[in-house]
Amino acid sequence: MTDTLPIDHQRKRRFSRAERGRALNITVLLIATLMVLFPFLWMISLAFTPAQEAFRDVSLWPSNPTLENFVTALTVGNLSRAFVNSAVVALVAVLTNCLFTVSAGYAFAHLPFRGSNVVFYCLLATAAIPVAVTLIPLFLMASSIPFAGGNDALGRGGSGLIDTLGGLSIPYLVGTMSIFLVRQFFLGMSRDLAEAARIDGASELRIFWSIYLPISRPIVAVVAIFAFTGVWDDLLWPLVVSSSARSQTVQLALTGFTQSGNIQYAPLMAAAIIVTIPVLLVFLFNQRHFISGLSEGAVKG
Amino acid sequence: MLLVAPAALYVLVFQIVPVVYGLILSFTEYTPLQRGAPTFVGLQNYAALVGDADFRGALWVTARYTLQVLPVTIAIALVLALLANRSFRGVGIFRSALYVPHIVSLTAVSMIWLWMYSQNGLINDILGTFNLSPQHWLNEPSSALNGVSVMRIWKALGSNMVLLLAGLQTIPKNLYEAASIDGAGRWHLFRHVTLPGLRPMLIYVIATDIIYLSQSFAEIFVLTSGGPLRSTTTVNYLIYTEAFEYSNMGSASAMAFVLFAFIAALTLIALRGGRER
Repeated sequence: MTDTLPIDHQRKRRFSRAERGRALNITVLLIATLMVLFPFLWMISLAFTPAQEAFRDVSLWPSNPTLENFVTALTVGNLSRAFVNSAVVALVAVLTNCLFTVSAGYAFAHLPFRGSNVVFYCLLATAAIPVAVTLIPLFLMASSIPFAGGNDALGRGGSGLIDTLGGLSIPYLVGTMSIFLVRQFFLGMSRDLAEAARIDGASELRIFWSIYLPISRPIVAVVAIFAFTGVWDDLLWPLVVSSSARSQTVQLALTGFTQSGNIQYAPLMAAAIIVTIPVLLVFLFNQRHFISGLSEGAVKG
Repeated sequence: MLLVAPAALYVLVFQIVPVVYGLILSFTEYTPLQRGAPTFVGLQNYAALVGDADFRGALWVTARYTLQVLPVTIAIALVLALLANRSFRGVGIFRSALYVPHIVSLTAVSMIWLWMYSQNGLINDILGTFNLSPQHWLNEPSSALNGVSVMRIWKALGSNMVLLLAGLQTIPKNLYEAASIDGAGRWHLFRHVTLPGLRPMLIYVIATDIIYLSQSFAEIFVLTSGGPLRSTTTVNYLIYTEAFEYSNMGSASAMAFVLFAFIAALTLIALRGGRER
């Protein structure tokens, strides 16, 4: 690959060497991929292995494949209830994020007002705050929201939003990273359209709604994905805020399977698969956005 | 301005106010169960942390965990990114497949490894075929943190690889051609073209990894519950138990701010180190 002498036999040798390099390249990738996927293959196989066999001879291809573990996972624990809870909170978070971060990001990019840069960098700075710092205050605030859960006007006496879906959704409603990504997206977009519409007398809201929003589908998808996975995959906040089965989320319900001394791994794997499927679907349908959203912050930031 | 208002108001109430509230709490003694108000104790919580062996232990575990997962996962991710940066048929399949561990939640992934590390799990099975005796991977203080680390390295590979791949693709092809014509070998190309071109992305990946890894919680909660003998108790896990099992909100808040400073320091070192060369 390094020499470029136009001699015939040398070119031939170079070609075969490049080909060998490519074969090696693919082989190494293949081995790495198999190693990375290996635990998942076992997870799937274990989930289809009858629970009695799962303690002894597990093989990559179950001899008596069964769906009983999936039935156990959905009926024994709290998974079906948790699934609905997570879906509701995720849906709310997706809606609020799409609404508020997209409009805010757009305004920061195209409708600067006095001090908007200061406000923007203040918002962005909060993205760097560790979860642990806000965890305790948010918990105390959630428990003393006035008039909720038996609280009085000063937020005392009851349990507030603890153990409710409202309390669960608090940290996910607006993602500051998403505001940043949306702003970057709109900064890279021409303002000519807006100018033309302004001359024609369109209002700012109209310009945003009918011109920019329709062409910003990719970034809205990224925001929605971030919001959804943020809710769906979180464990710490639900662990803190949920105190009974009625407000459990999927990840929390998963950990419920490991609390007994004798862990039933086969139903646990079935439960883990059930919990993973929604995220996997979101990923499959938005693969392009997933990865571009991930790298956006790095390349332009 | 009207468009910004809802988001700004939310961040103010649920992000900025909690930080201030937490800072105030860290100077108080507060046990909500006793129905009393927080009592101001000054710097007492912070002073107590200095002499607290559990907290120092947790800081050490957090630092070790972060610093042993980070280089390994980045090195492997970089090799995979270089391999997947060539164009051949089916390369997309590899890129997606390697990304899968990133999509599955940390909790679910920890469940798989809990089984793999268990007494009759996969890893002891494999050892058994080589006539080696089974190990209690997560029950020994000497191996538990390393066991969790291996899981996390595997889990972090995908997103790191995808990001590094995106970084590699921003390096202009003609730089490689120009260097080749000047007679640069493979190693020189990597050292003088690839690495400098990849630097912004590499710094970004390292910084975000530091931020995520030093806040580890879910995998500890599932795999080891901080044990055995606190050998896997990270600061985040300690904060959780201090606040929500022992109900010491003041001291837990102080821990959170020390963790904040710790993460900020590590990240700044990484950013500074990346800028100099």
